Amino acid sequence: MIRIEGLVSGYGRIQVLNGIDLHVRRGTFTGILGHNGMGKSTLLKAIVGHLPASAGKIELAGEDVTRLPVHLRARKGIGYVPQGRQIFPTLSVLDNLRMGCAAKGLPDDGIDAILEDFPQLKRLLDRPGGALSGGEQQLLALARCLCGNPSVILLDEPTEGIQPSILQEIVERLHAIRRKRELTLLLVEQNLEFIRGLSERIFTIQKGRIARELDPARLDDHDLTAEFAGV
Amino acid sequence: MDLALIVLLQIVTSIAMLALISLGLAVIFGMMRVINLAHGEFLMLGAYAAILATGHGVNLWVSMLLVAPVSVAIVGVVVERLIIRRLYGRMIDTMLATWGLSLALIGLVTMILGNTNTGFSAPLGSIAIGGFRMSGYELFLILFTAVLLAVVFVVFRFTRLGLIARGTMQNPDMAAALGIAPSTVYAVTFAVGAALSGLAGALIAPLAGVVPTMGTAYIAKAFITVITGGAAILAGTISASGLLGAVNTLGSFLATPVLGEVALLAAAIVLLRLLPRGITGRFLKGSL
Repeated sequence: MIRIEGLVSGYGRIQVLNGIDLHVRRGTFTGILGHNGMGKSTLLKAIVGHLPASAGKIELAGEDVTRLPVHLRARKGIGYVPQGRQIFPTLSVLDNLRMGCAAKGLPDDGIDAILEDFPQLKRLLDRPGGALSGGEQQLLALARCLCGNPSVILLDEPTEGIQPSILQEIVERLHAIRRKRELTLLLVEQNLEFIRGLSERIFTIQKGRIARELDPARLDDHDLTAEFAGV
Repeated sequence: MDLALIVLLQIVTSIAMLALISLGLAVIFGMMRVINLAHGEFLMLGAYAAILATGHGVNLWVSMLLVAPVSVAIVGVVVERLIIRRLYGRMIDTMLATWGLSLALIGLVTMILGNTNTGFSAPLGSIAIGGFRMSGYELFLILFTAVLLAVVFVVFRFTRLGLIARGTMQNPDMAAALGIAPSTVYAVTFAVGAALSGLAGALIAPLAGVVPTMGTAYIAKAFITVITGGAAILAGTISASGLLGAVNTLGSFLATPVLGEVALLAAAIVLLRLLPRGITGRFLKGSL
């Protein structure tokens, strides 16, 4: 679904990604584990298009999107749930969801079906997005992303500043949605529990490169994981 | 009693005029954080568009309410493509560039149409209020401005286009990641702001007299109103023009028109000292 080859990117002259090679297969949930500053968020920003690639290639479903502007990548199916959620603060919850539909030119009808998967949001529809708790915002950001009917979702550190009960909720929601429709997920995290709950394949990132693949079954091995996760 | 009514009407007229001449600038500033210093010239172009159209036999109302906004919107699209688009996020550079544009437009219009005072007389005659007479056209302006503000509110609040505009205004990067092209939103916004400026220019033409330099008389007031109002387009415009318009008229009424203008400026300075982010930077946060 997403194939990345030799991707180099960063902020201005500061290079953060030093040649990422990554293949996310259609329909799989892939996790990337790494400490702060290793390039997790930068990788997702480069895939979304917020950061330009100075070398390398990003393919989405076989199509080269390396030079496409952000909104065209979104229209080709990349959904993004950024770090810090980036909810539109003064728009109501419903309007945040409507933005997800309107941005793709989709009708608002799909919102009802998505709310079925996010029952907590139903009673909050009139509230301004900025008034929600961190966990509620995370659910809203995910729901808003789904309103645009993406083929792949990029999820950036959803556990940051969120109570554990909501984390479990997010894991369950994503598995539930996956039973209904095909979904490809690329998740970056430093929370081991969360990444294990969601990922079939787990890679580690170090100094802007994919370091190695971890066997999800062996994540309990502390010596192995301490090196990569913020335990 | 009649006098009180007249003074009240004068205050409302003054508020409506301020809101009218500021709205286009406010839309562009609120949405794009771009201060368009050629705003005064957009007013001037609107006024000339209306005059030229009526000169060619177009109905006065059609010229003012349709020809003027449409022609200035076209100018706005061109200006956005050629200048504004290249300077997003660089507020000072944009101000400098649009100031240059303002001088160029004044020069261009002077060259083509001459530096003479033209205009047309206000339609609708006058209405008697007790022993005084009030221009019917001024009353029309008050009503029209109220309707215009209501229309802008409805479009922003209740249409899909308005939703996209509000979302993009709050977080352009996130809007883009959802699939919206911010540059298209900005282009449309700038055209709409230009159209509102052109409309305002045509509507004040009968009261103001039309010369190529007429914009300079309005840009300062519009600028002060928008900055005093702050980021919220409608709440800012309405609250700032309400306050400044009232101060201006009361000052003129109690002293002289010149002191009225001084009072307006003084009020704006005091307000900005107390509320550096404008009225809506402190109150009515998050409103439109």
